[in-house]
Amino acid sequence: MNYQIDFTLILNSLPVLLRGLLVTIQLWIPSIVIGFSLGFLLALARLARSPFLRIPSLGYIELFRDTPVLIQLIWLFYAFPIVIGVQLSPFTAALLGLALNTSAYSAEIFRGGIQSIVSGQWEGARALGMRHTIVLRRIILPQVFKRMLPAFTNRAIEVAKMSSLASVISVHELMYQGRLLSSAYYRPLEILTTVAVIYFILIYPGSYLSMRLGRRMAARS
Amino acid sequence: MSESILRVSNLQKKFGSLHVLRGIDFAVEPGERVAIIGGSGSGKSTFLRCLNFMEIPTSGTVELDGKTLGRPISDTSDVRQYPEAELCQVRERVGMVFQQFNLFPHMTVVENVMEGLVTVKRMKKPQARERALTELRKVGLEEKVEVYPSRLSGGQQQRVAIARALAMEPEIMLFDEPTSSLDPELVGEVLRVIRQLADEGRTMLLVTHELGFAYHFATKVIFLADGVFHEVGTPDQVLKNPVQEKTRTFLNRFSEFSF
Amino acid sequence: MTYQWDFAPVLARFDLLLYGLLNTVKIALISIVLGVAIGLLLAFLRLSPKRILSIPATAFIEFYRNTPPIVHFFWFFYALPVLMNVSLDPFVAAVLALSTQSGAFYAEVFRGGIVSVEQGQWEGAKALGMGRAQLMRRIILPQAFTRMFPPFVERSFELTKTTALASTLAYADLLYQAMMVNSETFRPLEVYTTIALMYVVLLVAASSLARVAEARMTAYR
Repeated sequence: MNYQIDFTLILNSLPVLLRGLLVTIQLWIPSIVIGFSLGFLLALARLARSPFLRIPSLGYIELFRDTPVLIQLIWLFYAFPIVIGVQLSPFTAALLGLALNTSAYSAEIFRGGIQSIVSGQWEGARALGMRHTIVLRRIILPQVFKRMLPAFTNRAIEVAKMSSLASVISVHELMYQGRLLSSAYYRPLEILTTVAVIYFILIYPGSYLSMRLGRRMAARS
Repeated sequence: MSESILRVSNLQKKFGSLHVLRGIDFAVEPGERVAIIGGSGSGKSTFLRCLNFMEIPTSGTVELDGKTLGRPISDTSDVRQYPEAELCQVRERVGMVFQQFNLFPHMTVVENVMEGLVTVKRMKKPQARERALTELRKVGLEEKVEVYPSRLSGGQQQRVAIARALAMEPEIMLFDEPTSSLDPELVGEVLRVIRQLADEGRTMLLVTHELGFAYHFATKVIFLADGVFHEVGTPDQVLKNPVQEKTRTFLNRFSEFSF
Repeated sequence: MTYQWDFAPVLARFDLLLYGLLNTVKIALISIVLGVAIGLLLAFLRLSPKRILSIPATAFIEFYRNTPPIVHFFWFFYALPVLMNVSLDPFVAAVLALSTQSGAFYAEVFRGGIVSVEQGQWEGAKALGMGRAQLMRRIILPQAFTRMFPPFVERSFELTKTTALASTLAYADLLYQAMMVNSETFRPLEVYTTIALMYVVLLVAASSLARVAEARMTAYR
C-alpha cells in the first residue's frame, strides 16, 4: 500500500461537503419533528377501540416498517406523482418519505410507552378524581416520555443515517455531494472517508447521549 | 501442618476504598459446623465468598490441604493472582448455596443437579442422573425432577440448590444466608434439610440471621464486626454469655430471641 | 385522478422481479451469516478485560453504527479498491458493506444478551467448579441466546431491507430489477408498488417463522 493520500483535496472539498451537510440537516430536523408528531397521532389511532382507526393505522405502520426506505423514497419520487398528478421536487419527496417512515417507527415507540404504564397508575390517578385527559397529560405522558427518550434518540440517529438515501433521488445533501466530488476528482478514498467522518461527527454525540441515558435508566430500575 | 482442609491467613478484602475484611485468620477443621453472625455490612458474606473465590481476596493467603493457592504477582507483593484451574479445583471441593438460589432456569431440576457432575466431574449421563436422583430424594423433591425451576416455590428451589451442591460431594459446604430471601413459612423446610446434613457430620459454614437455628446447629459461632472476628467460641459462649460489649449489643437487638 | 392502473406489462416481466427477489434473499442470507461471525468476534473482543482488544473493537462498532450504510457501500465499491489495488464486483462490495455494518450491530446484540444474564448465574456455575469456557457454553450462552433472539431478528430484518442499497452499485437485487423493468415498461407506479408488496410478503413470512421459533425457545419460562 503506497497510496498517497491527497489532504489538500480533502480541505478543498470541505466547503462543498459542508453545504451538503446543511441540506442533510434541513432534511433531518423537519423529518423528525413531523414524523414524531404524526407518529403520536398514529399511536393513538393504533390503540383506539374503533377498528376503523385501528386497522388502517396498523396497515400503515407495517407497510412502512416492512419495506426498505430506499424503495419508499423512490416510490414517492417516481410513482406517487402519477397518483396525485403533481411532480414533487427531490427534496419534497425525500422529506415526505423520511417523515412518513419516521411516523411509523415512532408510533410503535409511543404505543410501547403508553402500554408500559401499569394500570395501577391509571387507577391511582382516577381514584384522586382526575378526568381521563388530565390523567393522560399529568400522570401518564410525563412518565412515558422519560421512558421513551432513549428510543426516540435512537430513531433520530436512524433518520440522520437514512437521510443519506436522498442522494439516490438527487437531493443535494452530504452523500450526494460526496459522490459527485469523488467521481469528479477520481479520489473516492479521500472524499468518501471524509463524508463518513462528517456523518460520524454529526451522529455520534446523539448516540453517546442515548447510551448514557439508557444506562442511567437501567441503573435506576 | 494440620489436618484442616482450608486455612486462610491475614485475609483482606477491599472494594475500592471500602475495607470490608481487615485481616482474618481461620481454619476449617473436618466435621466442624461454623455459624457466622453479624450485622449487615459486617463482611460476613464477603468472608464466606472469599473461601471459594466468589470474591478474590485483596491480600492474604488461602491454603487447600496445606498448599497455598495462587502465586504473588511479584516477589515483594502480598497480592496474589489465581490461575483459573486452581480456582475450579477449590470450587469443586467446596460447595456453595446462595441466598438467591441461582438455579439455571433453562434446565429442569434434575438437569440442574446433573450439570456439575457432567461438565466438571465428567461423569456419564446415566450415572450423573442416578446420583442427582439420590440427592433430590434426600431433599424431598423426587416428585419435581422434570420440572423447570420457575415452577417451584422458593423453599423448593433452595432445596434443589442444596442437592446440586451436595451432588458434587464437596468436603465443605458454604451456606450464604440460605433462608433470607424465603417467605417465613418456607424457612423451616430448608433449615430441616441443613439440620439433616449436620446430623451426617458434614463440614459446613453458615452465614445466617437465624440465631436460634445457629445455636442448635453450630459447633462454633463467629461474631464478625468491622471486618474482623470479634468473638469466637461455642454457641453457649458467644450466643448466651458473650464477653464482648459489641456482641451483646448485637444480640440484644433480637429481643424475641430465645433458645 | 383518472390514472388507469395497469399491472399487465409488469406482470409480464414478473420473472425478472422474481430473479431480483432471489438475489435479495441470497445477499441477505450470506451477509447475515458473515455478519454473525463478525459480530461474535467483535462482541468477545469488546467484552475482553484486555483494553488492547476491547478499545479497537468498540471503536469499530461505534464507527459502523454511527455512519450511514450507503457510505459503506460506496466506500467498499469505490474507495477500498484504490487502497488495496484490487477491483471488487458489486456483489462482493455489497456483501462486505452489509456484513461489516451488521456485524457491528450484531456485536451489540450479542454483548447485550451476555451481560443481561444475572450475576447469580455466573456465580452458580463458578461455585460448581466450571471453567470460563464451560460456564459460557453451558449456562450463559443458552440463556443469552433466547434474550438475543428478538433483537437479532429485528437486526436481520434491517439488514434485509438495507440490501436494497446494493442496487446503487448495479447488483441485480429486487430494486435494481424493478428499475430495469421500469425502463422497459414506463410503469413506475405499478413496478415500485409491486416490489414494495413483495418486500412486505417476504418480511411478514420471515417474521411469522421467527415468532414460531421464539415461542419454542422460551418454553421454559
